[in-house]
Amino acid sequence: MMPLLSITDLRVGFGRNPEANEVVRGVGFDLAEGETLAIVGESGSGKSVTALSINRLVDYGGGRITGGSIKLRRADNSVFDLLTATEPQLTKIRGAEIGMIFQEPMTSLNPVLTIGTQIEESFRLHRGLTGRQATAAAKDALDRVRIPDAARRLEYTPNQLSGGMLQRVMIAMALACNPRLLIADEPTTALDVTVQAQIMALLAELKRETGMSMIFITHDIGLVAGIADKIMVMQGGEAVEQGELNQILDHPQHPYTQHLLHAVPHFASGRATRSDGRREQDKGTEPALKVDGLVVRFPVKSGFFGRASGAVHAVDGVDFDLMPGETLAIVGESGSGKSTTARAILGLVRSTRGTFSAGARKAAAEQSALPVQMVFQNPYASLNPRLSIASILAEPVIATGGRVNAQTRTKMAALLKRVGLPESSLERYPHEFSGGQRQRLCIARALMLNPSVVVLDEAVSALDVSVQARVLELLVELQREFGLAYLFISHDMAVVERIAHRIAVIYAGQIVEIGDATSVLSEPKHSYTKKLIAAVPTIDRRREHFELDTRQVPSLVRPLGFEPEPARWDEFGPDHRARVEA
Amino acid sequence: MNYLMRRLATFPLVLIGVSVLVFVAIRMVPGDSITAMLGTEAGLLTPAQRDALAAYFGIDQPWFIQYWRWVLGLLHGNLGISVTYGKPVLDVILERFPLTLELALLAMIIALAVGMPAGVFAATHNEKLSDLGVRVVAMIGQSTPNFVLALLIIYTLSAGFGVLPTMGAFSPLWQDPLRNLSQLLLPAVTLGFAFAASVTRISRSAMLDVLSDDYVRTARSKGASNRTVIWRHALPNALIPVVTLSGIEFGYLLGGAVIVEQIYALPGLGRMILDAILQRDYALVQGSVLFIAFNFMIVNLLVDLAYVALDPRIRLGER
Repeated sequence: MMPLLSITDLRVGFGRNPEANEVVRGVGFDLAEGETLAIVGESGSGKSVTALSINRLVDYGGGRITGGSIKLRRADNSVFDLLTATEPQLTKIRGAEIGMIFQEPMTSLNPVLTIGTQIEESFRLHRGLTGRQATAAAKDALDRVRIPDAARRLEYTPNQLSGGMLQRVMIAMALACNPRLLIADEPTTALDVTVQAQIMALLAELKRETGMSMIFITHDIGLVAGIADKIMVMQGGEAVEQGELNQILDHPQHPYTQHLLHAVPHFASGRATRSDGRREQDKGTEPALKVDGLVVRFPVKSGFFGRASGAVHAVDGVDFDLMPGETLAIVGESGSGKSTTARAILGLVRSTRGTFSAGARKAAAEQSALPVQMVFQNPYASLNPRLSIASILAEPVIATGGRVNAQTRTKMAALLKRVGLPESSLERYPHEFSGGQRQRLCIARALMLNPSVVVLDEAVSALDVSVQARVLELLVELQREFGLAYLFISHDMAVVERIAHRIAVIYAGQIVEIGDATSVLSEPKHSYTKKLIAAVPTIDRRREHFELDTRQVPSLVRPLGFEPEPARWDEFGPDHRARVEA
Repeated sequence: MNYLMRRLATFPLVLIGVSVLVFVAIRMVPGDSITAMLGTEAGLLTPAQRDALAAYFGIDQPWFIQYWRWVLGLLHGNLGISVTYGKPVLDVILERFPLTLELALLAMIIALAVGMPAGVFAATHNEKLSDLGVRVVAMIGQSTPNFVLALLIIYTLSAGFGVLPTMGAFSPLWQDPLRNLSQLLLPAVTLGFAFAASVTRISRSAMLDVLSDDYVRTARSKGASNRTVIWRHALPNALIPVVTLSGIEFGYLLGGAVIVEQIYALPGLGRMILDAILQRDYALVQGSVLFIAFNFMIVNLLVDLAYVALDPRIRLGER
């Protein structure tokens, strides 16, 4: 019998001349009923375009299928040719036989319609349900994805729900009519790691319940180890390798697959931490940055005159110190206060309380009076598109009242060379560079003032995995060379493991655990750290059964004048302590 | 509700600002109501006669005293007496306002009824010949002065069909609806044409933005037909800029349309204000500008409330 889905020699092109502009070049695979295929690749590899071709949504994104065939076996065993189908025929297949979930749950739901209306629409389109029947069906669909209090949530609009909840709504919608194939296009990339674990658990569970097939698209080969039966690795529009899960993970044949598996950071539970530049236990050295009792609160206003009725405790009593040449990683999920901490240190937000002393001891004589610099997450948004690279690099010097002279220009050229870009880049503009190159530019800009501390706020999160690895290498080299102290803010444990000497885990505005990277990652003590580490997908944990956990992060809004109890700490070893849990 | 109260509380402040501006501005124009009224004969007045007249009109005082008197009257609901009409200013304005309001409403209805479908059509046929056609017509609509259009309409109707637009005394809608519509339809079309062109262009670009949004792709992945995607998922998200534009245009129209009123011989606010300025009818100019500013604020408030109704993400009054 024919497999559920059979694709041969698929070619997809874009633009006015699609044949000449192909981004998918001859991809083919078969998918059996109940099977899960993971398509792995970096941005631009053609993985999403391949997926969107299956339900022909690629037509609406300006793409054109220029060759090959896509055949779907329908429930009655008839074969449906997706390439020759008309638009009305396709609308009967989409949603009914092929469901799809997308990367960005925040933008993938219609902001002006309630989620109830949007789920009901699926039932209306394919089941002909209306009114109360449709509402009841929508409630069942929400129950199925384990959204508590489903009946009330139907009335919500998307802005009232968190990203994780919205992705569940998307799943509920995609599975409303029990499609036999679910296409998941990077469904967890925009989510926190613990939420990602929940969504993965949910998908695995629903797959068991319904017996559907699944195509799972991701850039993270570690993530698919838990769910896939087969893997297809894509690069530059071609499938460079495909096969059974174990075969690909254990005996990769193609160099690119080997690169993805070995050169790219994968989480190794503390076995891959750095061995250089560990903190010496002598108390003689002054820290490059010392933060003491940092508190950042944002007032919540209400009432006719907008009086403050409470405060968001974004950062609530954070202390740490950072030695020259050391990396302290601050890990935590979105909303935990890790970025606010960094911004407060730079003076980008006003701290309510607390002191910090930076550059108490200068690592080298030529270091400037502005010892803290920052590299931001999105290299596309943090370089002014209208300025040349020379102007961008000169900016910090001008901003501190310096003059752009021959010495500055020599420094620019030297730094560019040091971060691996040609000197001719000076005359060019940001759009001429790739994401990785732009992040190198941001790093060069941060180093223009000879800082002693560099704050890296999710500095590699927006980059492709293999680019990530190279930028991390560069950061380590620069650290050794200039004796820089890094405050490395990240949600990605695999990346943190590669670069951190010490790790601080932050949860709801407070540090819950801090210490030596190896011991925090290999022997986490606080329950939140344990949960965070357990949620990290790894190649080692193959076909692992994720546990569903619907615990919510506590609200950070406190009544006026509320003060948290002073922290009590348990010590574990010379440099590892965790907050005592209530 | 709180928001509404706060918004309404700002109205008097704006009105005070506007009134001071117009009060000073109209007095900076050379000449006064005596000269305007008597024309060349004003030169024959003896200084004593002139002073007596100035005292009679109250324009012998410094401007801030005049302003103070005027504001005191305003607090008692008295906008002053129009020198040219010899009637209370408010009565003169309210006599003219129904026509202007009806004309503005008709023009807006025409603009939205034509412009939105045209914009949606152009957006969904992006870069095809039909899209190009709509865009060219919209461009012409926006760039044609409305007196040209008005004259073209009148000429075509009279030369081609032997029909003349209904002129003569204006009949309010509630007295003779048919005659009223026959008087206002052509002026409304004239005003609505450029308005529709703007609506077309803005709804086209808003739709184009929205059609490439993620949730539109989601709707298609659910199996929604093209029609459902456009009218149910995309259009509601594209309405905000259309409402903004319509609010501004409608607000302007409430101030009267001088040229169109002149061509179709309609007694609207626009011509009244022009006459008042030419006649240095200070009280009438001040009163009507205040009235127009007030209308504009009401329209803006309605626009903001419409935003809330259209998009649940928008919460008014949050900082």
